[in-house]
Amino acid sequence: MEVYLDNSATTRCFDEVAALMTQIMCEDYGNPSSLHRKGVQAEKYIRYAKDVIARNLKVNEKEIFFTSGGTESDNLALRGCAYANCRMGRHLITTQIEHPAVLQTMKHLEEEGFRVTYLPVDEKGCIRLEDLERAVTGETILVSIMHTNNEVGSMQPIAEAGRAIKRINPRILFHVDAVQGYGKFRIYPKKMQIDLLSVSGHKIHGPKGSGFLYIDEKVKIHPILFGGGQQNGIRSGTENVPAIAGLAKAVELVYRDLDREVEKLYHIKRIFVEGVSKIDHVTVNGHPDETGAPHVVSVSIQGVRSEVLLHALEDKGIYVSAGSACSARKPQPSATLRAMGISQDLLGSTIRFSFSIFTTIEEINYTLQTMYDIIPMLRKYTRR
Amino acid sequence: MFTAFLIKYAEIGVKGKNRYLFEEALVHQIKYVLKRCEGGFKVTRTDGRIYIHALSEFDYDEVVENLKTVFGVSGICPVIHVPDEGFDKLSATVVDYIDKVYEDKNITFKVNARRARKNYPMNSMEINRELGGVLLESYPEMKVDVHHPDVMLYVEIREKIYIYSIEIPGPGGMPVGSNGKAMLLLSGGIDSPVAGYMIAKRGVKIDAVYFHAPPYTSDRAKQKVIDLARLVSRYAGPVYLHIINFTEIQLYIYEKCPHEELTIIMRRYMMRIAERIARENECLGLITGESIGQVASQTVQSLAVTNEVCTLPVFRPLIGFDKMEIVDVSERIGTYETSILPFEDCCTIFVAKHPVTKPNLKVIRRHEEYLSEKIDKLVQQAIDTDEVVIARW
Repeated sequence: MEVYLDNSATTRCFDEVAALMTQIMCEDYGNPSSLHRKGVQAEKYIRYAKDVIARNLKVNEKEIFFTSGGTESDNLALRGCAYANCRMGRHLITTQIEHPAVLQTMKHLEEEGFRVTYLPVDEKGCIRLEDLERAVTGETILVSIMHTNNEVGSMQPIAEAGRAIKRINPRILFHVDAVQGYGKFRIYPKKMQIDLLSVSGHKIHGPKGSGFLYIDEKVKIHPILFGGGQQNGIRSGTENVPAIAGLAKAVELVYRDLDREVEKLYHIKRIFVEGVSKIDHVTVNGHPDETGAPHVVSVSIQGVRSEVLLHALEDKGIYVSAGSACSARKPQPSATLRAMGISQDLLGSTIRFSFSIFTTIEEINYTLQTMYDIIPMLRKYTRR
Repeated sequence: MFTAFLIKYAEIGVKGKNRYLFEEALVHQIKYVLKRCEGGFKVTRTDGRIYIHALSEFDYDEVVENLKTVFGVSGICPVIHVPDEGFDKLSATVVDYIDKVYEDKNITFKVNARRARKNYPMNSMEINRELGGVLLESYPEMKVDVHHPDVMLYVEIREKIYIYSIEIPGPGGMPVGSNGKAMLLLSGGIDSPVAGYMIAKRGVKIDAVYFHAPPYTSDRAKQKVIDLARLVSRYAGPVYLHIINFTEIQLYIYEKCPHEELTIIMRRYMMRIAERIARENECLGLITGESIGQVASQTVQSLAVTNEVCTLPVFRPLIGFDKMEIVDVSERIGTYETSILPFEDCCTIFVAKHPVTKPNLKVIRRHEEYLSEKIDKLVQQAIDTDEVVIARW
């Protein structure tokens, strides 16, 4: 049995998405900037995609900019806004548990002379609004907070944060990295006072190399890539038409029956959390219930090294992550888990299970049974 | 501009009646690496020299880079060869050659002519003198220095005339395949690929064995070792990498034997398995990357205890090297970056905090008896499930 429980790393592409992309690559392969019919045909896919996404976010389609994915969206949002607004101040705020696409960009901006405040989180992995309010200064130009954490699934109080920021100073820009939250929740930037929103396609059963950044029309932003001036000059480069069309198709499919799918995910999460809690000396990090994301469960298993468990599960056809996939190549323990105050001996014993709409109860039961079988064995052979 | 290469080889030259075997192996290796290069080439062996003639356009840098990986090559001389159309034409060619190869003419030189074809109208001394004169006339900045010239310009009169002055150092050593075959214990660290490189440099063909311990080591760790084998194969030719599943044996030792002795006993079983695979594959020795005192299992006492299980000779080319010296070689041959990728290898995973550094052979043997119930079966099983990957550059 093959069980893919690493959906926070990436997801299986929808068949419809793959079919549409194949058709575009082989038949409607025109460059949307070309003046002839083939170009117009390609442009139609982009218009359609903008329309789908704009409706989904309840924003204007002029506010959607296609990128190569979450990392580029985050870079464009942070660097683009920092440079464009640095005359108003050079202070930025983010959290300690952001994805490296945000954290490393912030590090880079610090080298460029910006000052960055990193908000701490509580033991569940959530920021406190008081900390945010206290961090804002007259110099603050941008706040960036992730919607849903990729490692533990903790959800940040986005609407409340938006309100708090704008109450202090409506000119402060609010960026939300919604790579993990989009496709699980309805996100309406205008209502939540979000000025910029990053989304990635491959986390919602779309293609890799696709994504978008929503930019409120009032936002002053500079491009970070220069070239042919496509997408209003904000993001030069020939539009990746198959990826953009695939992304829009994935959005349509994911949101078609969202409430039922999310309820199903929470059901799976409940069964899994309940089952995994039966194992001795196991902690579920973050929110094991419906206050956390429906698709991520982070589990610390005392006395078992995460890599070893990962490979033992892999041997049984079950694919999971140690910490998060993006940082699993580096040996140092995750910043998010450390920020949450997870004890030192559990840092290296934490595994992330992440579900998708393709996950079945049968797969969860198989995974639990496998864990019941192998964890006692692995504990027997630990470093003494 | 160059149309051929003269390959110099040092050590083979002193061989006796079997010299042709070494030369043939060298020609074989040169032909092998030239297959990677764009263009067609003809490799010939005449009068104790090897010539590579380009039969078409070729990428000079690519050819030189590849020839630098052939053991046995001590020098690579890019050559131009021209038909004999009289001394005036030859002079013009030499003047043109110097112009193209040496931008800065402020150099000292000496012409060194050789006549393999003795019916040439001038003798070597005359050629030296005349060509020297022509060059001095053409480039007044150039000076003659017969003792320590910056540029030694060789002009060889054969069927055609060969002109060369540059010698790019090769890796030296002896051609792979001229000295039998040995089995390298490849771990994924810095040392073992270097050890393989050094033994291959002495003309030995390399097979390799890697001990994989899933789930304690990942498929990425395995891929890393395959990548390392491939980097070694750049110099050593295709490497047959035997991947042995070692988990059961490791866990069994862990269960039955004192923990401080785990590594040493484990290494003894690795050597035993490596030796059996070596024998099955016509390898005449084992190669390890051990260096005295580097870690607990590489003290002289530990080495003596591990060595005791083998009867094949164990080659340890790094035995007297410091770590920094090994790192230097690994950087030079291009294995370092891959070696330091952070994946566990099976030696580090169960390591005791304080492993024995002075194991006693009698004690180790007695403790190995604890394994007598199942170990032979496990070893056999590991050998039977051997997975072979052919790594080639």
